[in-house]
Amino acid sequence: MTVLEVTGLNKSFGGIKATDDLTLTLEPGELHAVIGPNGAGKTTLISQLCGLQFPDTGAIRFLGRDITRMTPHRRARMGMARSFQITSLIMDMSVEDNVALAVQARAGTSFRFIRPARRIASLREPARAMLDRVGLLDKADHPTVALSHGEHRRMEIAIALATQARLMLLDEPMAGLGGEDAAEMVALLRSIKGDRTILLIEHDMDAVFALADRISVLVYGHIIATGAPDEIRANAAVQQAYLGED
Amino acid sequence: MARKILTVAVLAALAVLPPVFYLTGNAFYLDLATRLVILGIAAVSLNLILGFGGMISFGHAAFVGLGAYAVGIPAYHWLYYTAGDWAVSGLAQIPIAVAVTALFALLTGLICLRTRGVYFIMITMAFAQMVYYLIVSIEEYGGDDGLVIDTRSQLPFLDLDDPLQLYGLAYVSLLVAMGLVAMIVKSRFGMVIQGAKGNDERMRTLGFNTYAYRLTAYVISGAMCGYAGALLGNFTTFISPEMMDWTRSGELMFMVILGGAGTVLGPVLGATVFIVLEEVLSSITIHWHLPFGLMLIAVVLFVRGGLMGLFAVLFGGRK
Amino acid sequence: MDLTLFTIQLLNGLQLGLLLFLVASGLTLVFGILDFVNLAHASLYMLGAFICASFTLWLGNFVWGVLLALPVTALVGLVVERVVARPLYARDHLDQVLATFGLILVIDTAAQLIWGPAGIAVPLPDWLEGQVQIGAVTLPSFRLLIIGAGLMAAAGLFWLVNYTRLGMLIRAGASNRTMVSALGIDIQSLFALVFALGATLAGLAGMLIAPITEASIGMGNSVIITAFVVIIVGGIGSMKGAFIAALMIGLIDTLGRSFLDDIFKLVMSTEAAETSAPAISAMLIYIIMAAVLAFKPSGLFPPKVR
Repeated sequence: MTVLEVTGLNKSFGGIKATDDLTLTLEPGELHAVIGPNGAGKTTLISQLCGLQFPDTGAIRFLGRDITRMTPHRRARMGMARSFQITSLIMDMSVEDNVALAVQARAGTSFRFIRPARRIASLREPARAMLDRVGLLDKADHPTVALSHGEHRRMEIAIALATQARLMLLDEPMAGLGGEDAAEMVALLRSIKGDRTILLIEHDMDAVFALADRISVLVYGHIIATGAPDEIRANAAVQQAYLGED
Repeated sequence: MARKILTVAVLAALAVLPPVFYLTGNAFYLDLATRLVILGIAAVSLNLILGFGGMISFGHAAFVGLGAYAVGIPAYHWLYYTAGDWAVSGLAQIPIAVAVTALFALLTGLICLRTRGVYFIMITMAFAQMVYYLIVSIEEYGGDDGLVIDTRSQLPFLDLDDPLQLYGLAYVSLLVAMGLVAMIVKSRFGMVIQGAKGNDERMRTLGFNTYAYRLTAYVISGAMCGYAGALLGNFTTFISPEMMDWTRSGELMFMVILGGAGTVLGPVLGATVFIVLEEVLSSITIHWHLPFGLMLIAVVLFVRGGLMGLFAVLFGGRK
Repeated sequence: MDLTLFTIQLLNGLQLGLLLFLVASGLTLVFGILDFVNLAHASLYMLGAFICASFTLWLGNFVWGVLLALPVTALVGLVVERVVARPLYARDHLDQVLATFGLILVIDTAAQLIWGPAGIAVPLPDWLEGQVQIGAVTLPSFRLLIIGAGLMAAAGLFWLVNYTRLGMLIRAGASNRTMVSALGIDIQSLFALVFALGATLAGLAGMLIAPITEASIGMGNSVIITAFVVIIVGGIGSMKGAFIAALMIGLIDTLGRSFLDDIFKLVMSTEAAETSAPAISAMLIYIIMAAVLAFKPSGLFPPKVR
């Protein structure tokens, strides 16, 4: 079954079209990258996908169900996880608490008032496993605010993994990463690839072409081409869009 | 560790000193301590949403006032409840106080919590003022002039007319309130409201309906404050709309911030310092609001994290 | 319903609405541009009344009293901005609320020390004490003056915000703070100016009401909440919203208090109407606020996202 199916999506802000008749599908297990110049409407797209904004017209189907007007928390419960472009962690909590909350989100209702959450092994152990997977286990007890930018980005991935999501929306996971951190992130994403369906929104072209199964190119809110990395590289319209910017 | 010692020391002092003063003929200090402990309960419950949940309610005095009127109005109508030989009006009044304030919290919370930030501050303030004007407009219950409670709540095994027993009830209630808040904030529910305080958008995209969690916390906090109000009505035996004036809400907030928001002991420390200061300053000058206001400004500007924060700086231990 | 009474109450509502606008416009301006919640805004309303009362008694003339009190109130606003508000701009709203709450206590007590605990009545000149006959309705001329002055102040404010360079900066500051700084405009002076403007408007409202209610300690404490209701309903930061909501709240409150029992009598017994009407009319504006927020959580005219 198609994981995500976006058809004819439109969204305007005061006359400016941020999303323009956008159509996109994600097949199970695929890593699908969306690239595009600055201001192409990538963030608006992801906001609509996760439900923080609603489109003016068009439809979003997730796992076969219409979710166009569904609230973010209900989409998340259906199995959609999102990482944020600007690091968006709960800074005054510990690293492990952040990830454990993601586990907790999947573990039934949280209207539970009595048992201390930090003593519930079924929340803490998966959280620690995810931290291990992204190489942050030794920092589990640190306050989140004390970690570096690269570590924050990896926490984002750990959180998305911890939700056991069917679909991960990764909003520029490479943003602001240089050298070693960037290489580590690519390796991390490669290790996840195949396990989960991933929509990757990314600026870093090297990373995108190294990781993606398919790439969609977004220009002024409209997808001008979709295809395998090689096809995209050879596409004239894409070259023009990018050359035009540079 | 240092923090635990402080908590035990403060609570032990509150357990021992006021009764000793009372028994040695200084009834005044017991009165002061009773007020302190009752306002402490209100501050502890405000802190649940303000300190841990990041919901800056500027209307919590309304819950205190409603709780007090829930004791005063049945007493005014001479409604006494008996069970066998016991007169047990308190067993009706106190649950009524809790239920009424919980309901008020639910109804106003449904609207307040749709908003964020400064809107929330102002709307909670406005709703509290609404209750204030409502009570003022009901002449039957004294309007502006307030209402004298002729008979305190009657409870089995307890005589609230005895100041020592009233203090005992208030003190134990404070312990329970602190225990409840400590339990809630450590629970899964507590993690969610603290997460929503830190980053609401993140929590929603994780799948938490933060509105529902916030609303629940708001109702719990309101009901606890209502309970404190029922105690306050029994203590003062005089209730008036002035109890829910917005400046009272401001004072509750100040207690929380002064003591240290987001800590279990902080609000109690804050209430203690507040009451003592109020007493000392007002005995020196009738214009005590002047130094008091200046101090409030200074605390906000210079003391981050309140007294608990200061304590952490001095004696170590995690904030 | 008596048409004369209705007209009078309508004008009273308009008068209340305009006074509310003068207070609320300053609040919404300061919040919209400085992102600063000023509980002590109403203390400036009170100070305006007292300063004007002093000048009026000294000079024996209310008009001179107002004209002198306006710049003095602006000056007080500047001092408050410099001493208390400025260190708080970078803080969160909780800190701002608490510190300005402390400021209210300080200003109230200071006013008590200066002017004494009793209120000060402000005498009006003879030509303002009279009545004006319009058709079948007789109106006190001073109330008409309040309405006129309120409308003029509102018009002046709209002109200032929409058609002047200062207004452009104010609007730019509201929507894009970094841009204003990037333009090389001294943002601190701009903030101070905006704050003083808000203070002056609140002070003017206090001056205009003083001859009716007299200047008294704590007179601002109920006004500030109503002003909050106004800017919440109007949309915090929106001048147009503040104007419309202020008139709406002023009219609803005044007319509700006068006529709600009559309206209730149409659908219930006289006795029930007379008991419930005062309670409901006391809550009316809050009920309206709740109703507005239930549908529009950011008020009727939410300012554009920053």
